[in-house]
Amino acid sequence: MNLTLKVWRQKDGASRGALETYAARDISPDASFLEMIDIVNEELIREGKDPIAFDNDCREGICGTCSLVVNGRAHGPQRNHTVCTLHMRHFKDGDVIVVEPWRSRAFPVIKDCVVDRAALDRLTAAGGYISVPTGSAVDANAILVPRDSAEKAMDAAACIGCGACVAACPNASVSLFLAAKISQLALLPQGQPERERRVKAMTALMKAEGFGNCSWERECEATCPKDIKIANISRMNREFLLAALSSAEH
Amino acid sequence: MNGASTKDPIKMNAAIPDGPIQEKWDKHRFDLKLINPANKRKYEILVVGTGLAGASAAAALSELGYKVKVFCIQDSPRRAHSIAAQGGINAAKNYPNDSDSVWRLFYDTVKGGDYRAREANVYRLAQVSNAIIDHCVALGVPFAREYGGTLSNRSFGGAQVSRTFYARGQTGQQLLLGAYSAMMRQVAAGGVEVFARREMVELVVIDGRARGVVCRNLVTGKLESYAGHAVLLCTGGYGNVFYLSTNAINSNASAIWRCHKKGALFANPCYTQIHPTCIPVSGDYQSKLTLMSESLRNDGRIWVPKKKLDGRKPSEIPEGERDYFLERKYPSFGNLVPRDVASRNAKQVADDGRGVGSTGFAVYLDFADSLKRLGVDVIRERYGNLFEMYEHITSEDPYQSPMRIYPAAHYTMGGLWVDYNLMTSIPGLFALGEANFSDHGANRLGASALMQGLADGYFIAPYTLGGYLGTARLDKVDTIHPAFAEVEGAVRERLQKLLSIKGKRTPSEFHRELGKLLWDNCGMGRNEAGLMKCLAAIPQMRERYWKEVMVPGTNEEFNQALERADRVADYLELSELLVRDALHRKESCGGHFREESQTEEGEAKRDDANFSYVGAWEFAGAGRDPVLHKEPLAFEYVKPSQRSYK
Ligand SMILES: Cc1cc2nc3c(=O)[nH]c(=O)nc-3n(C[C@H](O)[C@H](O)[C@H](O)COP(=O)(O)OP(=O)(O)OC[C@H]3O[C@@H](n4cnc5c(N)ncnc54)[C@H](O)[C@@H]3O)c2cc1C
Ligand code: FES
Repeated sequence: MNLTLKVWRQKDGASRGALETYAARDISPDASFLEMIDIVNEELIREGKDPIAFDNDCREGICGTCSLVVNGRAHGPQRNHTVCTLHMRHFKDGDVIVVEPWRSRAFPVIKDCVVDRAALDRLTAAGGYISVPTGSAVDANAILVPRDSAEKAMDAAACIGCGACVAACPNASVSLFLAAKISQLALLPQGQPERERRVKAMTALMKAEGFGNCSWERECEATCPKDIKIANISRMNREFLLAALSSAEH
Repeated sequence: MNGASTKDPIKMNAAIPDGPIQEKWDKHRFDLKLINPANKRKYEILVVGTGLAGASAAAALSELGYKVKVFCIQDSPRRAHSIAAQGGINAAKNYPNDSDSVWRLFYDTVKGGDYRAREANVYRLAQVSNAIIDHCVALGVPFAREYGGTLSNRSFGGAQVSRTFYARGQTGQQLLLGAYSAMMRQVAAGGVEVFARREMVELVVIDGRARGVVCRNLVTGKLESYAGHAVLLCTGGYGNVFYLSTNAINSNASAIWRCHKKGALFANPCYTQIHPTCIPVSGDYQSKLTLMSESLRNDGRIWVPKKKLDGRKPSEIPEGERDYFLERKYPSFGNLVPRDVASRNAKQVADDGRGVGSTGFAVYLDFADSLKRLGVDVIRERYGNLFEMYEHITSEDPYQSPMRIYPAAHYTMGGLWVDYNLMTSIPGLFALGEANFSDHGANRLGASALMQGLADGYFIAPYTLGGYLGTARLDKVDTIHPAFAEVEGAVRERLQKLLSIKGKRTPSEFHRELGKLLWDNCGMGRNEAGLMKCLAAIPQMRERYWKEVMVPGTNEEFNQALERADRVADYLELSELLVRDALHRKESCGGHFREESQTEEGEAKRDDANFSYVGAWEFAGAGRDPVLHKEPLAFEYVKPSQRSYK
């Protein structure tokens, strides 16, 4: 099939960008969305022109690298999918497709559709871990975890850290990303000792990094390729309240 | 005759400790020199790569007090290719009480590797495997659990005990996030500094020791020098040399290849693993192949039509006209034969004109019988997500018609040669994880790569690195040293050259061409004629590359075409060594199947009398034949026998 792309081109962080138009010709419906862009890029390279820059790596929906807004939706039209697992058969011959980067104050554009998401790493460094030095663990089965808690923790741990939740949120809130990590660790016995410290440190940094507040727009949940539920945000808020109460008591 | 001169009897020193195998590692740890805790912070360690091996090493070293800098290509260390591993991680816990032990895991790994691995290394791997699970659980990795709260295990890849731990189909993701979180804790504590979007483009060797790296900042294009007391390469495997593989797009061979050219021996490059259950290639635009979990072979039956070029739909082919070739040839293992055997047999039927699908390069994996026997619900519970993934990619419903699968390049057992301390032949340069050659011999067992990456990073390198630092005399070096400027200059020149060719073909076109040549002639089956053909074609392809490639833009900017072009240039060199190694190894073993060396039944036939060694290649300079060094393998504990799965 043949398509028209309108793609965000921006030389670097300091330059202004604009949408430019490209033709994608002879695209197989079995090709993935990123393979479709590859084809356009190969053509551009052959002509000695600058190919469209976009982040990607695993191309199977697990690494969280790909990050395109397609026709106004982070990761495109298919629910519970990353843009790398979106296939062209979900488009029609002759479609016009708009391709843009994640848009958020916390994610500055590096080039074209590539953004800087290092803020997510800094949030993790603020407390998204359990402090256990290598070598000091007890036997794995000495920590019993009820199956239900383990499953719920896994649901939250499935977050791929792509940042689509931020890109989709009108407030650019990072709550779903944070809540996924805080929930995972709060649900497990191993996470208990640092529970209060963790939620306080991570949420404090959230504001400093330029992320907005959550006002329950629910766009994050609708966009999340891994179906992370906003129930995690409720849990995070509860954790935060408990931590605040307990420090008030001390 | 094979183009390789053999410079023997140079003995590589594998530095394997004396004593009974059970005591080697303990004794070695005792013998290694210790570094005073207060002095550790004076050592700068450069860790390249943040997959399981790199992230775990960075965390563990910083916990000990070393100053660590880590580098990765992706925008975040959490995105390393390890994230994509699905099935699980092995350990000798014996929680299911089914007779597993350190000894059995050791034995299975040596045998599974077709007797081409070092016994001492494999034993140590099995020994530390249990501590890995303990540590990962403590870090909050949400492994699957039983109702009583204990950990679940499953059997994987044909193992006869259940020793695999897993987190749904996302084990690699969860293990990596665990290691990443431990590393980020050290970032907060000040012991680790992360340099993301940096590609190591060259190693800096001073006075014969690895003392630094030069990286390209992928955002600005600037070349950046970093000095240190040791360099740990944790940069993964070279499976993408085949162009189409299950690896991530950015997985590449450049770091290990450039270190090879600086003096690190490259061991067993021809040991590559082809995974039998992947979604087949559907067109030229294809950029990667997707793995379908091996567990599908537990309930799916593999078949092709008996008739050649049978164009009928699978539903129209009656039972009597189907060939369930694995069940027919291997009555006791059936569809559960090891990866190399399953892959090779699929190729044979496809080459025989009996493959299915539009290309003829696919076989059926059929669940009809299991659906009848167990019902849709059980099948959905077991494989629901995989069926969905399959349907999503192919738009066919595996509940209604059989899946089509075909083998794909997946993993590389070969890699930089390392001694027992995981140090390469360049002092101060260590290689961990898939980047080294150490533990899997000629074939890796399922769920053992994750185990090895974390063993190397959490529990082996932190000890052996100390041993090196404690005994090596290391002068103070910083990036003012002229060696850095010299290396930067050479890199700049190479990149400038790539940019100045301005030909008509893209780097990917060459990569695809190379991949096809290798896949056809040096993939699942290899013979002398095909390998000779490659050996003639690759240098020509390389020459054309440096005349005809088009790389737009400049070095001083974010330039993905340049990144790719630089990596493809290395594949065009590495591939030649891979072929040379395959040509010289006239036996079949594990993933290396030389068609000339097979049993009467068509199985891989080893030649222990002549090939029981590690083949480690030395770079002899551009345009010169590489030099082969042999590290003999002795099997004191596991006696080599012919593998049989009849
Ligand atoms: C689809 C798939 C499924 C798998 N499933 C399993 C499984 O179930 N069980 C199992 O045991 N194994 C499995 N494997 C194998 C296993 O995942 C890998 O062998 C293992 O994760 C490799 O880890 P690593 O740390 O060595 O390297 P990687 O995870 O590949 O990490 C490499 C790192 O090096 C960096 N890097 C590379 N080059 C440079 C450079 N020049 N400069 C800077 N940084 C660089 C990258 O950015 C990355 O951070 C699977 C593999 C695949 C492809
Ligand atoms: S490229 Fe990995 S999730 Fe899309």
